[in-house]
Parts: sequence; structure tokens; C-alpha cells
Amino acid sequence: MAVYEHTYKNYSGPLTAEWSRFLIIPRNAFRDVFKSKLFTAFFVICFIPLLAEAVLIYLHHNVNALTILQVNVRELLPIDGSFFQFFVNLQNGFAFFVALLVGPPLVSRDLRNNALPLYLCRPFSRAEYVAGKMSVLLILLSAMTWVPQLLLFLFQSYLEGARWFVDNLWIASAIVISSVVWILLLALLSQAISSLVKWRVVASGAILGLFFIPSVFGEVVNVVFRTRWGSLISLGALIKNVTAGLFRTFEPTTNVVTDFDDVIVRGIVLTQPPLWVSWAVLFLVCAICLAILSQRVKAYEVVK
Amino acid sequence: MAIATKFQEPNNFKDPLNFAPVIDLNDLSVEFGGRPILKGLRGELRGRAIGLLGPNGAGKTTLIHTLLGFHPPSSGTAHIFGKDILTDAKQIRSLIGYMPERDAFIAKMSAVHLVRLMAELSGLPSEAALERAHEALFYVGLGEARYRGLETYSLGMKQLAKLAQAIVHGPKLIFLDEPTNGLDPPARARMIKLIREIRDSGQANIVLSSHLLRDVEECCEEILILKDGRIAVYCNLEEERKANRKFLVLETRGDQNKFAAAVADLGCEYALTGDHRVKIVLPEGIEVRDLYRIAADQQLQIRRLSYKRDSLEDIFLKAMENGHGSL
Repeated sequence: MAVYEHTYKNYSGPLTAEWSRFLIIPRNAFRDVFKSKLFTAFFVICFIPLLAEAVLIYLHHNVNALTILQVNVRELLPIDGSFFQFFVNLQNGFAFFVALLVGPPLVSRDLRNNALPLYLCRPFSRAEYVAGKMSVLLILLSAMTWVPQLLLFLFQSYLEGARWFVDNLWIASAIVISSVVWILLLALLSQAISSLVKWRVVASGAILGLFFIPSVFGEVVNVVFRTRWGSLISLGALIKNVTAGLFRTFEPTTNVVTDFDDVIVRGIVLTQPPLWVSWAVLFLVCAICLAILSQRVKAYEVVK
Repeated sequence: MAIATKFQEPNNFKDPLNFAPVIDLNDLSVEFGGRPILKGLRGELRGRAIGLLGPNGAGKTTLIHTLLGFHPPSSGTAHIFGKDILTDAKQIRSLIGYMPERDAFIAKMSAVHLVRLMAELSGLPSEAALERAHEALFYVGLGEARYRGLETYSLGMKQLAKLAQAIVHGPKLIFLDEPTNGLDPPARARMIKLIREIRDSGQANIVLSSHLLRDVEECCEEILILKDGRIAVYCNLEEERKANRKFLVLETRGDQNKFAAAVADLGCEYALTGDHRVKIVLPEGIEVRDLYRIAADQQLQIRRLSYKRDSLEDIFLKAMENGHGSL
């Protein structure tokens, strides 16, 4: 329509599918996020460990390359569950910093500028809004964690053979589940904090604090009371336990306490909290985040 | 895409939505923290442009928010174009445009970006959304500034941007909450002109909430006055203006003094304005024909008789005094 014919008119064209409308939010968010060259550079750096992982897998199966590099295959890390667990943990660490950069402004910016009524006065529900905002992190973090890890797992399977693939299928599920749990936790926490704090810097600080302060406090509890149950208040330790459980490296008992210049005074076997307790605490944290979001994501707050 | 011409008549008989009243209130009540805000609102609103009036705290904004589904009713319900606000909220919101009272935008976004985003959220495909975003911004007069960041906009421009996002998807009902708030006179005139144009296009019904009587008077044909969460008055503005038939202005030829004395004997208050005019307030039980009879007796010619029309202010003040609920 020519712009000179200014008049009000209804829209009678086709409409998009309702289920797909929440994806409009991440599309717009990515446009903003990747405007920052600094962030784009950091995001690219996040893929370097994956490149190293791919090279290591390749070297394991290329005798010529090993000969040229004068490396014995036994000197390389074995390609097994621990190998993938190491890189999953590494990528999850990067994912944390990406979430720290991208997550805080997602909801807080809308709250600060009263944009929620604009979203919610349309055929767009609160659940779709939260799903849209969460999917920004879910898509971004998936792209740097479980998706490439899974591709590398398939690459290894291709080089090693079908037998290896069948025998190690549990590694694939461990990669996906551990990464998805971590991503969900990051997305929910950052959205919940973002909905409580209107300023981006404060929200970022709050997310950092939520991960590190309870970790320190939990460690103090562990040392003072000679236990491992203090880890239950540390989100990092919880995820570590869950990931270890999925990769079959979880050790229920740990630590022989040594005192006074490595002279063993008393040997105490400390029992880790059972895995199901770690899962339960993670579910509880996620439920609290959802409750906060349900409370905060409203067109208008009613002051009672 | 078909282009509507200005002043097009509403196509009431083709669209089944138009058989139903625009807004049907069925004992709608809303409470916040146990405090009643809206108390059993009941009635059918059918006007093309409905003015929502009331003093601060009367429940105007709460009514709009409830109709939009932002607040759940504590009892009762309402229908918009025949659809229930409780069960068909999404369908209703696809027919509605909303211009909020307070500043509402997304930071670090240009106007065209925001309006396009809002059109997409309303279900328009990406390309159509972009096209209509440009059109809407040109329509409201922000064509030249559409690529500027919203945070750099003046208050008047922000109001226009809010209007653009409310109309970009071509809704059938537009809620405008205090659209002229904080506008200078030229900007206000422009906003009023736009609202009237949308009303006259016949393509959308308008609910205009304002505490500025002049805005409502210029844009609306029907008014709903709320007082303490109840409907004080719902009426057609023009009919209500004409309804006050007690205050007359007569243009006469002849001896006004004798006539005035006779009128006073009937119990009427009067005032001689000196330009052959007499202003008379008729008390209960006295009819206009009594005045003609006196004029005939006094051999006075009545050249013109007109009723003083109530202004919206008169209607509003009466509603505030009585709060009779004439719906």
C-alpha cells in the first residue's frame, strides 16, 4: 500500500500459527544480543574447546597425524564417558557466563519500561511470554553445549564404528540430560532474578551471588561439620553431582580427612548426599523460579 | 490489500461480530485484596465511540484492564463482541488494540521495530507486520521519526507511538486510556483528530477513557460514567444534551416586561438579556404551551425558542451528584 493513502484499516490477511508466536521473542533478542561485537567475540571463543575436542577425537583415529606430531595414542585422553564429561563441564562453565550476559536484561528491561501490558494485551499469554524469554537462553546455550557435543559424539561413533555407538549410547543421553538440566536451571534462575530486579548490573550480580555465596557457605558447613551435605545449598555442587551421576562417575563416599602436615590423625569417610536428593533440590529451585515468574510476569501489579 | 475509504459506513450486517453489543457487562465485579473496585456493572455498550468517564479511582482503568483479561473478575463476567472475557480471552485480545495510560515501550528499540514486534505478536506474518508498522507510523505522523529510538522521543511522540502499536494489527475495538495525557495543545488536537478519523472510518469501535471531558465530548457519541465502581450514567451524549428541556431561551418582539411579569407569576425564573431575549427556567408542571398562551395574551411575538443544551460537564456533574445508574 502506498504510504500517502493514510487511513485506518483492518487487517484481513493470513495469521501465523499461535503456537509459533513465542519464537518471535528470541528472534528479536538475538538481533540485539549479536549487535555487541564483544559478545559475539566471546560467543565464538566458547567454541574453541569444542574445536579442541574435535581435534582430539580425530587424532585418536588418524595414525598419520599422530606420527607427524610424534604423539603416542596412549598419551591422549581416552575417548570415553570421562572425556565427554570433562568437555560438557567446560562448556557448561562457558554457558554460565553467556547466561550472565544475556539473561538479566530479558525481563527486567520490559518491567522497567512497563512493556508487559503491550505484550499481554495481545493474543499472547504469560506462559508464552516466559517461554519466549526462556527460549532465548535455551537456544543460545544449546547451540554451544549439548548440540555440538552430540555432533562430536556422532563423529566419534562414525570413526569408531557402530559397536562403539551402541555400547556408549548412554554417553549421548548423559550429554543431553546434563546440559539441558544446567541450561534450564540457568534460564529459570536468570529470568526469575531478572523479573525481581529492574537493573541489569544488579541482576547479573545477584545471579553471580546466588551461585558463589551459597557454594562458599556450603563448603564452610562441610568443613566445620565434617560432612558433604553442605553441598546441597551449592547449585554448582548439585549440578556437578547430577552430571557425575549421569556420566557414571558419581562416588557416594569421599574424603579421608588429613590434619597436621599430611599426617593422618583420623580417617573419616564422608558420605555424599544421595543423587536423588540433588535432583530433588534442583527441582525445588526450578519450582521456586517458576513461582516467582508466575507472580512477577503480570501486565500490572496490583498493590493490595 | 483493500484500502478502506474514509467515512465508510460500518458493515454491520456482513460481520456476525457486529450483531452482538460491543461490550456486554454481566454483573461484573472486581476486588483487589478484598476491596471492591467494580461493583456489579451491568449493561450493553453499543456505541462506535464510547467515552469512559469518572473521577480518579472510579474504576475506569480497572474496567479496561478487566476487559483485557489483566485482572480476573471476582464475580460476573463480560462479553466483547459476544465472546466471554473469561473463556475466550485470547480470541478477544486478537480483536482488541490497547493504548496504555503510562509510558510503555521496550528500551533500545526504534519505533518501527517495536510496532512491528507488536504486530507479529498479534499474529501478522513478518513481512505484513513490517509493512503495517510503517503504515501505522506514517498514519499517526511519526513517519519521519520511525527509525529513532523510542527513548529519544518526546512525550507527545511516545503517545503517538503507543497509538500506532494499538492500531497496527487493525483491531475491531480500541481501548485508549488517557490518550491526551501530557500533550500540548497542537499534539492534543492531532491525537483527537486521529481518534475521530478512526471512529469515522467505521472499521473500529473505540473506548476512550479520560478525565478530560473535552476530549470525550469531541470524540465520543456515548458516555459511560463510573462513580465509586458503579455505573452512574450510560447515555447517548447528543440525546442526553437535548434531554434537558427546562432551560429555554426566547427571542421576542413586543413588551418584554409585561411578559416577564406574567411568566414570573407562573413561578418561572427569568432573566432579560436586553437583546430581545428572555431566558427562562421552567419549574415542574409548567409546559412550553403555557408560555405561548401568555405571549398571545400579552400580544408578544415569539420569534425563536431554543433549549439550552447540557454540556458534558453538566451531565458529568449531575451524574456525580445523583449517581442514579441510568443504564
